[in-house]
Amino acid sequence: MIYAGMFYIATLLLVVGLGYKIFDYSRTPAPLKIPTTPAPTTQTGVVYRMAKEVVLFESLFKSNKWIWVFGWLFHFGLLLVLLRHLRYFTEPVWFWVSIIQPFGKYASFMMVIGLAGLLARRFLVDRVRYISTPSDFLMLVLLIAIGISGMLMTFVVHTDIVALKAFFLGLMVFDVQPVPQDPILLAHLAMVALLMIIFPVSKLLHAPGIFFSPTRNQADNPREHRHIAAWAARLDQKN
Amino acid sequence: MAAAEFDIPELKDDIEIPKLREGSMAHAKSFVANQAVQDAMGYPHELGEDWKERALDKMGDLLGKYRSLKVFLDACVHCGACTDKCHYYLGTSDPKNMPVARQDLMRQVYRRYFTTAGKLFPKLVGAKDLTKEVLDDWYSYYHQCSECRRCSVFCPYGIDTAEITMAGREILNHVGMGQKYSNEILNKVHRIGNNLGLPGPALEDTLEGLEEDIEADTGVAVKLPIDVKGAEVLLVTPSADFFSEPHVESLIGYAKVFHAAGINWTLSSHASEAGNFGLFNGNYENMRKVAMRIRDAALELGVKRIVVGECGHAWRVAYSFWNTLTGIGYGGNDPFSIELQKQLDPTYPQPQHICELTNDLIKSGKIKVDPSLNDDLVVTYHDSCNVARASRMGTEPGGQFTIPRELIKAVANNFHNMADDTIYESTFCCGGGGGLLTDDLMEVRVKGALPRVTALNNVVKEHQVNFMAMICAICKAQFTKVLPKYGFDMSMVGGIHQLVSKAIKLD
Repeated sequence: MIYAGMFYIATLLLVVGLGYKIFDYSRTPAPLKIPTTPAPTTQTGVVYRMAKEVVLFESLFKSNKWIWVFGWLFHFGLLLVLLRHLRYFTEPVWFWVSIIQPFGKYASFMMVIGLAGLLARRFLVDRVRYISTPSDFLMLVLLIAIGISGMLMTFVVHTDIVALKAFFLGLMVFDVQPVPQDPILLAHLAMVALLMIIFPVSKLLHAPGIFFSPTRNQADNPREHRHIAAWAARLDQKN
Repeated sequence: MAAAEFDIPELKDDIEIPKLREGSMAHAKSFVANQAVQDAMGYPHELGEDWKERALDKMGDLLGKYRSLKVFLDACVHCGACTDKCHYYLGTSDPKNMPVARQDLMRQVYRRYFTTAGKLFPKLVGAKDLTKEVLDDWYSYYHQCSECRRCSVFCPYGIDTAEITMAGREILNHVGMGQKYSNEILNKVHRIGNNLGLPGPALEDTLEGLEEDIEADTGVAVKLPIDVKGAEVLLVTPSADFFSEPHVESLIGYAKVFHAAGINWTLSSHASEAGNFGLFNGNYENMRKVAMRIRDAALELGVKRIVVGECGHAWRVAYSFWNTLTGIGYGGNDPFSIELQKQLDPTYPQPQHICELTNDLIKSGKIKVDPSLNDDLVVTYHDSCNVARASRMGTEPGGQFTIPRELIKAVANNFHNMADDTIYESTFCCGGGGGLLTDDLMEVRVKGALPRVTALNNVVKEHQVNFMAMICAICKAQFTKVLPKYGFDMSMVGGIHQLVSKAIKLD
């Protein structure tokens, strides 16, 4: 079964690729204290700052309201949509997943509107057009296509969702079931698998990256605590 | 060699985001360091046959040593949030001066040689081979960045172009394309002890002359001691304070503060420089070597406190890095750190900024000031980039904004801030920081100053501001040179301790 194999490979590449990247970031030292100040002076403060960045996109809000609106709509639309999709991987469906079902369905509009806004900026704003690479456009197109194919199945032509759920529940226990032969569904699934494969080798690394960004995750306490990387500490011993 | 002619930008009411003009600053090339300078630094002085391998090796080395570089090269999504934030883009319209585009000069090479996607599909992801043209672009545009970190405030992932610029310059040095200005200065500080190459005897003469001037002016014998063993405070200040105008006025101010407060202090001929151009070149060992002079002087003189004068990048290195580089600070539990820590007075922050010290003395009533002596001035304050976005003063985040302003308001009655989006963490660089304060980059400096000068012009029109206070030697040197080109008088520029000097009461 091609789709089963495709999802096993995509999941493997995503988990291993992302796992390797996270390992690589965490083993690379940050030899100097470089938080962008004003910065919190405690670790608790750093958690609060990071939470504001990840949940509210605080720096982006300061920077550009259009990118912030579109970016936030997209990311939180996507979050709700992803959470909603948990229903296809759990039996019985967790109660909170049931509760957010209606929100998750309509969040797809947030997601696609946000993506469309971001794509429009790549064409319309000369500065953003200048810095955009082909992959920047294609990434947005891919996400929009995933969103629209999903919305088609939710709102227009329903697919055999019971069979699809059986397919995924089966995959999770290595019991391969047939995937419904619905072209929209097959396109949707193939594009999702592609996105999973691209994730660890693309700019989507901004997701783990932000947590490792020294300008955001360091506490501003260099006078009180000596911060030193192993490779730099060796220099002290020569004196 | 005469610099090329260029038009001075016209001052508008608002800071405008210009349309792109591709290649408009490609001609700006800082002079390349010659063989003598590069030899002394241990770098090659010309591109060898293997320059490409050397560059990529160095890049790989830095990627393994600096998490910032690795994460920043991966994480950018080209959202465009930073594109209108750099003063050099706003002043020059050259798209390669947009922070993301400046980063992409390195990111394209990183993707090509260090990522799967760039190895397989270079065109798709904007990856490029490292060619001489790319290297020339690096040289040009990594010397049109003042490492001011304004972009890092606005990036959703905190990507700091300064980190990329520093890495770029480090790689350029390793292939034989060092910058004359910065490397000559590093040579001087390594050889003589300060950026200006002022030897000990000349320094002593200068200080004696200043003592005579102060006494003639005030009738009080204020001293500027040097190399005094057993002094309580070691003052480390940018060497420009010893003879440049208006810098020297602040040095006189520090001396008066120590005198009025009865603090036993000293300068050091070995550590006669707070500035540290190792920061600008992104070379840890160089930066450490320059900073070690201060540790050595502190140990030799047996001082209890280390205070830093008015200098932006020096304060970044002192506040954020000295503890790491040299153990000046607290919290180290290794023999190297403990040796110095046990000598320092734990009731004071180490190092301490001169503004923290003076502000505390005024607030606690230990020194007296008469702000009406500055009534001829209407003052505004320029937050220097490295103080604002790479350091702190006091105990609370943002003390680097409040303490200098508190101090100004204590010694001067008329104060007005510039527009909110041009101060505090959003402050605009003077245009001459980060190793660009050289005549061969005058066009970059003048155009890069445009956003700051626009904001200044507005408070001049609205509040008749006639003095822009600042606490950075580079800002002072840059503005005294550049403001006249926009029609302002260079006497508008001065340090906070120049104001303190006028207002302080000596007995």
